[in-house]
Amino acid sequence: MSRLTTATEVASPPRFTQETLGWVPWVEPLDELDLTERHYQGLVQRPRAKNPYFRLLARDPEVLGARTKTDLDIFYNTADGLGRAERELGAAVASRSNGCVYCASVHSAFATHFSKRGEDVQRLLDDGVGADLGDEAWNAVRDAVVALTATPVRFGAEHLAVLRATGLDDVAVLDVVNSGAFFNWANRLMLSLGEPTLS
Amino acid sequence: MDVIDTLSGIAAGSRLDELRAHRPAAREQAQATYDALFSPIDASAMSLLERYAVAAFVAALFDVSAAEQHYARLLADADPAIGAVITEAVELGRGAGPYGSFRGELAAESQAGPELILPPRLADALGVRLAAALLHAHLLALHPRDSSRDRLQPLVDAGWSADGIVTLSQLVSFLAFQVRVVAGLTVLDAEGSH
Repeated sequence: MSRLTTATEVASPPRFTQETLGWVPWVEPLDELDLTERHYQGLVQRPRAKNPYFRLLARDPEVLGARTKTDLDIFYNTADGLGRAERELGAAVASRSNGCVYCASVHSAFATHFSKRGEDVQRLLDDGVGADLGDEAWNAVRDAVVALTATPVRFGAEHLAVLRATGLDDVAVLDVVNSGAFFNWANRLMLSLGEPTLS
Repeated sequence: MDVIDTLSGIAAGSRLDELRAHRPAAREQAQATYDALFSPIDASAMSLLERYAVAAFVAALFDVSAAEQHYARLLADADPAIGAVITEAVELGRGAGPYGSFRGELAAESQAGPELILPPRLADALGVRLAAALLHAHLLALHPRDSSRDRLQPLVDAGWSADGIVTLSQLVSFLAFQVRVVAGLTVLDAEGSH
């Protein structure tokens, strides 16, 4: 059984973008016809079986299932805490910092969708994590996530104090930490198991 | 109390315990991921010893001391000899991330950084599978944007299956998340109540 996919010529995105990109796997995903109930449990949402990235991660269904439910609570549990736009900003900042063009495309577009601040988001993509994102609240989230994404982790009391100064409570700070930390998980999978393509 | 609580020093009924309860699924499922990685129902694609060894290696690279000690202890309990080899490999692999090369118009943003090189003595002690896994784990932990199709080939050549490559990748990537949650919660805890 071949483990890696057949190499094909892909059109690589030349820069970070908010446009929709494709993603092609380097490791062979499971065939949709071979998926069992155990795999569907891992996929959580059945339509994800159409997506080669999730069919690849379904090779370890228990880990995929737990990862997916972690993701959904961090980004979609909006009973309290940080706004959706700022959680997506956190994801986009981690992706820009690690260099995941695919993840950055998805989550920068979400950040723009929820904030209507497409120009601020585009500056993050064009100029990198040092860009001015337009106000203190966004710059504080950016600084916190960049510090959290660094190895060794640099996130400290000074970042927390700046987040506080922009009005974030405990739950909102937890959301900053969770969204930035989660994309340190997601970026490594998308970067190392396949590559982005212009769709 | 789950592993993240333990590594962050969070006690039952404390402010941070109550805070984490606002994201109950994230909390439960982070623990479920840990359980699926370290108490798997099927370890045929990646052995328990391989899991402990890679975890101890990357937790040390990420340099969050509570996590580093936790995974070092899991490995030392399972195989102290491999534990000692991993300790040596960590000293060869430490670095400040994320670095790595960019392609296309982004090439000017590329940042060079070290590759892990395992001397033959350590590689022999680890065996081909684990040696290949550590080289890949170092890439994933510190310079993931240097990934390529070609860099997966040594894993295949060392006998890693597609299932095993996915579990290895998830393990390193999950730890990148877990140690950052621990680091963030530790800062929040030290701050006192708001």
